[in-house]
Amino acid sequence: MSNSIIEVSNLSVEYTRNGKKIRAVAGVDIQLAPGEILGLVGESGCGKSTLGKTIVGILKGAEGEVLFNGKSVEKIGRGRRDPHFLNLQMIFQDPYGSLNPRRKIGEQIADGPMIAGVSKSDALKKAQSLLERVGLPANAVDRFPHQFSGGQRQRIAIARALAISPTAIIADEPISALDTSSQAAVANLLVNLVEEFNMGMIFISHDLSIVRRISDRVAVMYLGKIVETGKTEDIWNSPSHPYTKALIAAIPHADGQSFVPLDLPGDVPNPAFPPSGCRFHPRCPVAQSQCSSVEPLKVSLKDGREVSCVLQEAGTMPKAITF
Amino acid sequence: MKISKNKTAKIAKEAKPGNSNSIWRQPLAIVGVVTIGLWVVAAIFAPWIAPYDPLSQDADKFVTPSAKHWMGTDELNRDILSRVIYGARISLPYSLLLVVLSAAIGSIIGGISGYFGGKVDAVIMRITDMFFAFPAIVLAMAVAAALGPEIRNAVIAITIVAWPVYARLVRGLILNAKQNDYVTASALLGSSSSRTLLVDLRPNLSGPVFVLAALEVGNALLLLSGLSFLGLGAQPPAAEWGSMVSMGAVNFDRWWVGLFPGLAILTAVLAFNFIGDALRDALDPRTAKALRD
Repeated sequence: MSNSIIEVSNLSVEYTRNGKKIRAVAGVDIQLAPGEILGLVGESGCGKSTLGKTIVGILKGAEGEVLFNGKSVEKIGRGRRDPHFLNLQMIFQDPYGSLNPRRKIGEQIADGPMIAGVSKSDALKKAQSLLERVGLPANAVDRFPHQFSGGQRQRIAIARALAISPTAIIADEPISALDTSSQAAVANLLVNLVEEFNMGMIFISHDLSIVRRISDRVAVMYLGKIVETGKTEDIWNSPSHPYTKALIAAIPHADGQSFVPLDLPGDVPNPAFPPSGCRFHPRCPVAQSQCSSVEPLKVSLKDGREVSCVLQEAGTMPKAITF
Repeated sequence: MKISKNKTAKIAKEAKPGNSNSIWRQPLAIVGVVTIGLWVVAAIFAPWIAPYDPLSQDADKFVTPSAKHWMGTDELNRDILSRVIYGARISLPYSLLLVVLSAAIGSIIGGISGYFGGKVDAVIMRITDMFFAFPAIVLAMAVAAALGPEIRNAVIAITIVAWPVYARLVRGLILNAKQNDYVTASALLGSSSSRTLLVDLRPNLSGPVFVLAALEVGNALLLLSGLSFLGLGAQPPAAEWGSMVSMGAVNFDRWWVGLFPGLAILTAVLAFNFIGDALRDALDPRTAKALRD
């Protein structure tokens, strides 16, 4: 795709623990178009956050590359970040750690524009209007983070990212640390901002019901690999990878129907010792004999989605997974 | 001195709302503040308070404490009360200067060490280890002796032994603070290293560094008096508490010669320590954090 702002190709990220190399992200391809929300879902420990952090340049990839507007993203280091990448911003999970407790809200939002050379008074004016845009009073500029709730802080963090008019935002579990009551509000705010500013957003979450509501496309990640990507509704209506189906089936419903969510047996395996063949096969209810030895290739299905499962055939409509 | 008092007032004010640890609720802190207040008054108004010129030798030799000479006189016929009062003019400003100097130098070095990490950090920390391997007074003596007996050299010597404590503290604070997402967020916004260090990380330091400095004032005063006692600090005929005590040590049978300057050192050091302890309690990171969140 030539019109994508973010293009991740064959990206792998490794880190070393106790002298052993662990591949947290193992060959991932993702594209993000302007104005698009891509939901990145998966269980804890599957590498979603690592992937997100590598895309913005907080972590360094071991293989492959991330292109942002055609230029390869470099890890942020001691020196100032290359101005080309300033339009690629991140929203962090913990709104308590992402705001400096000892600095005024206004100053923190004004940081970006000021670093870019805007005068302090103009930057503060911008901070006020952004605070209003995210639903907080303009006079919050003179207050400190501890005077706000988690949801309000996340709005402040969003305002800070918006202050330098990003074209792409990586939102790393932006609502999972919030109260249920503010989750929906913050999620809606993000959706509206993406439309308003025509940004692209990668929305990392383990909450599938929110992802279903806000994403245009979904990428499902399991143990460092993307197992399925496609349009949100397609994936919801007919998951073509057993893991996707299991994830969707595991969503509890608050409908009073005493529906028991499906329990996916076992945990995500240790990424230091990934299973052979298909990484999902030890937990897969429909695993075939070859799954433990042959790593499934990524195939493009007829409805445009991509999936890595031996049960699916390239160029055909997805076959229903039943279990 | 003025700056320090303002800062004390400011911190007390910040700690006040709903804070049971406010330094004004701690009796010892009040004792400390009052004592230091009295010494500050003595230092500022010494010419009006002191009954005699601290250098004049018009009295008799070794007069016992009496109505005329409250603290007696020394072997050079000088009034000890006047010399103790004038002594505050050396001890107080110099100990504050020492603390400001070593806190500034230590914070800068510790900040660089913690922020840049790696080899820079390893080298700086091994250097501080070397300093910690010696008793402070021995090291200060060695440096002061090498530089020559003069109060300016004593200040240099004490600064050299005192900065590593601050470097250690600041390094730890920076290591801790730089893990925060707000530091990463700032880097993503294009902030340079120096901006991150000065704008994002520095605000985390002022409280703890100030508390440590307050706790160290007494130490600095003691070290300075110690060097002067050994003849490596203030030089005669300057009225300095440490050198006056050393005169008392030589004339041990005349108890008043050493006792009163010794008491001056004791009260000032104790008072500074009371204030330091109270500030630490008031600004204890955990308590302070509980109040903020």
